[in-house]
Amino acid sequence: MKELMVRAIYCESLGYEASFSYIHAIKLAQQGAGLEKRVGYLAVSLFLNENHELLLLLVNTVLKDLQSTNLIEVCMALTVVSQMFPKDMIPAILPLVEEKLNHPKEIIRRKAVLALYKFYLIAPNQVQHIHNKFRKALCDKDPGVMTASLHIYLQMIQENPEGYKDLTASFVTILKQVVGGKLPIDFNYHSVPAPWLQIQLLRILSFLGKNDQSVSELMYEVLDESLQRAEMNHNITYAILYECVRCIYTIHPKSELLEKAAQCIGNFVLSPKINLKYLGLKALTYVVQQDPKLALQHQMTIIECLDHPDLIIKRETLELLFRITNAQNVMVIVEKMLEFLRVSTDDYTTIDLVGKVAELWFIETMNTVFSVGGDMMQPDIPNSFLKLLSEGFDCVEDDRKLRLFAVDSYISLLHGEPGKLPQRFLQVISWVLGEYSHLREELEPASVLRLLEKLLDMKQTSSETKNWVLMAMTKLCVGGASVSVAQQVSETYISSMDTVLRQRAQELQHFGQDSEVRTRVLPRDTDLENTIFDVDSSLSFLDGFVSEALAAGAAPYKPPHQRQEELAQAKALSLEPYGLSLPISMSSCSIADRQSPTPLSMSSGLSTTLKLDGVKRVWGREGYLVQRESVEETAQVEVPSPLRSPSQQAEANGSHSQTPTQTPTPEPEQEKQQLAASLFFGLSSQSSVCLMGKSGPTSHRFRRKAKGQGSISGATEQTSKTKLNDSDIKGSDPSLSEDSGLVAADSEDMNPHEDPERPKDLCLSSHLPAELSGLCHSEISPLCSIQSLDLSACHVQKDDSLVLVIFIQNSSDSAIRQIPLDLDSDELEVMYYVSRVSDSPVEDVRSHDVAVYQYSLTVKRPSVHVEVVGTVSCPVGTPQTVRFSYKLPLTTFIRPLTLSTEEYGTMWLAFSHDTKQNLTLISDDPEPLTATLSVLKRKLQLHVVEIIGMEGILACRLLRDRPCLMHCRVHAGALAVWLRSPVPDLPDCLIYHCQRALQED
Amino acid sequence: MIKFVLMVNRQGQTRLSRYYQPVELSRRAALEADVVRCCLSRKKEQCSFVEYKDFRLVYRQYAALYIVVGVSDAENELSVYELVHNFVEVLDKYFSRVPRHQIMFNLDRVHVILDEMIQNGHVVETNRSRVLAPLTALDKMADG
Repeated sequence: MKELMVRAIYCESLGYEASFSYIHAIKLAQQGAGLEKRVGYLAVSLFLNENHELLLLLVNTVLKDLQSTNLIEVCMALTVVSQMFPKDMIPAILPLVEEKLNHPKEIIRRKAVLALYKFYLIAPNQVQHIHNKFRKALCDKDPGVMTASLHIYLQMIQENPEGYKDLTASFVTILKQVVGGKLPIDFNYHSVPAPWLQIQLLRILSFLGKNDQSVSELMYEVLDESLQRAEMNHNITYAILYECVRCIYTIHPKSELLEKAAQCIGNFVLSPKINLKYLGLKALTYVVQQDPKLALQHQMTIIECLDHPDLIIKRETLELLFRITNAQNVMVIVEKMLEFLRVSTDDYTTIDLVGKVAELWFIETMNTVFSVGGDMMQPDIPNSFLKLLSEGFDCVEDDRKLRLFAVDSYISLLHGEPGKLPQRFLQVISWVLGEYSHLREELEPASVLRLLEKLLDMKQTSSETKNWVLMAMTKLCVGGASVSVAQQVSETYISSMDTVLRQRAQELQHFGQDSEVRTRVLPRDTDLENTIFDVDSSLSFLDGFVSEALAAGAAPYKPPHQRQEELAQAKALSLEPYGLSLPISMSSCSIADRQSPTPLSMSSGLSTTLKLDGVKRVWGREGYLVQRESVEETAQVEVPSPLRSPSQQAEANGSHSQTPTQTPTPEPEQEKQQLAASLFFGLSSQSSVCLMGKSGPTSHRFRRKAKGQGSISGATEQTSKTKLNDSDIKGSDPSLSEDSGLVAADSEDMNPHEDPERPKDLCLSSHLPAELSGLCHSEISPLCSIQSLDLSACHVQKDDSLVLVIFIQNSSDSAIRQIPLDLDSDELEVMYYVSRVSDSPVEDVRSHDVAVYQYSLTVKRPSVHVEVVGTVSCPVGTPQTVRFSYKLPLTTFIRPLTLSTEEYGTMWLAFSHDTKQNLTLISDDPEPLTATLSVLKRKLQLHVVEIIGMEGILACRLLRDRPCLMHCRVHAGALAVWLRSPVPDLPDCLIYHCQRALQED
Repeated sequence: MIKFVLMVNRQGQTRLSRYYQPVELSRRAALEADVVRCCLSRKKEQCSFVEYKDFRLVYRQYAALYIVVGVSDAENELSVYELVHNFVEVLDKYFSRVPRHQIMFNLDRVHVILDEMIQNGHVVETNRSRVLAPLTALDKMADG
């Protein structure tokens, strides 16, 4: 029977159920003797679980055996009881077990304690009355019984450390004795005294000492001793050390011990034995939670471990990194985690685990970053985030989960209060939803569309965001319900004032109607990596069109900066139909320009002359990135070709014929690029940003023109006249400005209409506030007039700010009270500037007097020209509101930035936005580089940091302190300029002004 | 805390299994196969600890026999690693005249020894002579 039972056990361990033998197991335990009985009990404990009904049949056998005179049988019964026993039957045998606590044999006492431990685990209430017996067991003269009682104490202390603080001294004494080798020699394991007992005690101590200084103090000595005793080079001592270190870092800290423990950990981590390294990392993970600085000591080892071939080491290292994650290293660590994911594709469970951590954490972190950072952060952060999402990792399943998670979290965000989210975050959300919301099958595209529509309807949504939203809708409009929503939206925006918005709405409408075109233009799951390969970056497929156009007498293609330049010179040109095209082609052309000074040659040149640390590597990589990005920018150019619907083509042709002066060649290109840019929206940082940022100046220029003609006729005339006075005033006669107070007093009697031109300006400049009068100010140009009020403005450049001064001149005979004046700007931050002279916003103007408003301006978003738009209304007579605008070149916000070459070097590497272009060199000078740079210095207030041979470096800052660095190199008779800045668009705008400055010279 | 102890041969067949947390019989086979695959695929120079789902595996190889212990995250892996060795030393002492590969023919005794050492997922006895005391007593009883 015994043999059969063993076979049944074996069968079950192979996975075959042997339930028929269960009852026989119980019988064997009941009827057998000696080893047979033991096997019967063993089989029962293996076969049955705690709730099995057959277990009840065992109770009687156990009862009988507990009362047996045969110690072996008692022992067996206690063993099985401590393994499993029906909860309800505990009272039946409890008295018998308690009785055994006083048994003369240590093995019986020990087993009785273990049986009580089991009772405590399954029914703590039933053993409450015998707690004092546990204490007795703890003090048992036999170490085995004491050890057994520790299980109960560990459990109880874990649940309620407060109740057992008084036992600390006892545990400490026991540990001291164990460590001191007071136990019988047979407790040793590889001559280490009772290692598992030590570990158990250390665990108990760490529970007791946690957050309790006085209790912790009792332990310091024995912990120190443990650390020192465990110098033997055997695994088990390291296991004890690990437990010891963990205890030291859990209890109330003592610096001396912490130091020793840290040192100990160092040995672990540095050990060539991989198991120790693992344990060391695990301990470190524990330790850095208390003291992140400790990780610094071992950072090199940690880095090594990150690349360790063994996955578990990597995993543990990531766990460690996870604990020391902060705002600065979050990206790097996430990157490392993702790398790990990539490696472990074959290990499904690992992916599952790490994937979850990374997903949750990454998306959520980014959500926080977006909502907190909001619009203040650089645009390449959301862009790189989207790139990461779209490029994905090597594991399809993982990509899907990550995207799905992103979609889910964004949908729930939109269901909340989207109005509170920053614009950039909304843009990211709409892109992700457009691209990936189809992954969530149960999600209706129409419902996503409705959510997006809600965004469009919100007041605070900027037009840039609206573009993103419309783009997302275009991707989403499949199926009946969604198409109708899409149509509705597109009808609203098709008549929008914003050309880009109009374009998007058109697209939305067309794609909504024609699903075939849609799928061709916007394929699902576009694999970026693959599309790149069939890109014709030279746009050779357009060659035929170009030559045709050239043959038809069209002007050859001009790069956009050249065109912009021409436009700037010929201001009368109507720009309307081309409002958008300029900035887009700008981005495309900068590709060509970037290629000319090869990044490699530049980097090598710099690294030798400027001694920039590590510059070669980073630039090499950057160079590579730039090229790749440029390819991506044009990547989609081919795609839209089938899409040029007849209407659009007609539109294009129409506009073409309207403005023959414009070069026709780039136009179809532009149209495609516009689409490319929109398809690519958010993937490539440069193009989209350019698109939005650069459209500023052109459209503003247009607006201003319209207003100039509409509201203040004759203003242009006036401008040209005042221009004559420009030089006089700009020179700022100090004597005149200084006694401005006198003049101001006199001006009351002056009638501006008598002498409309020069005296008026003079008297206005005399109204400049005293602290500004000493500084050079621009010409005072009229803004607008409203009834008897004349508005004029000038700007004053101060070292750390730019002040806009608006003069309101009242030419009527009565005082006008409370003139509401509002200023706003897309690119600028306008702040009412309270000066000491005029300490409150001037609210009323006496008759024939001048009120002075001062505003301090700072650039929010760089643009070639920035513009302040304002409204003023006259409270007298019929209410009338007039809009005016005041335009400033970006250069007025540029100040020199004094740097050393070393500072320049470190800053250069840190900046992400750059532009390269070749500029003309002043060739008639013996020192062309120096001459050119001094022109830039004079005109644009750039600071020349250093000139070395054929290279020069310059620095400037955009008010108040946003730096832009410039690297110039004479190359083939031209000046290869490379600008870098942390601010997007700033390099592009600055290079435009550099070009102008050099050409004017 | 220890979740299970497995003894498997190089072919991945289970020789002994002991669970300290209830696992259904039907799921055991799959779990064991998975766990064994995890451990057998690892090279000698690799770490003896493997992450598996939400817990860790500690394994040790003795010639053709692998002993795999599943432990919770908070457990001290190295101490379990040594515990395995302690267990094997106890087996060696008891079966001193029996070759290792035949130990498996005395499955019941191996189980009894294991039960003396680990109960409810905790180490209850590591003193070799004390672990073996009940078993030797039984043997004596059978002999005479």
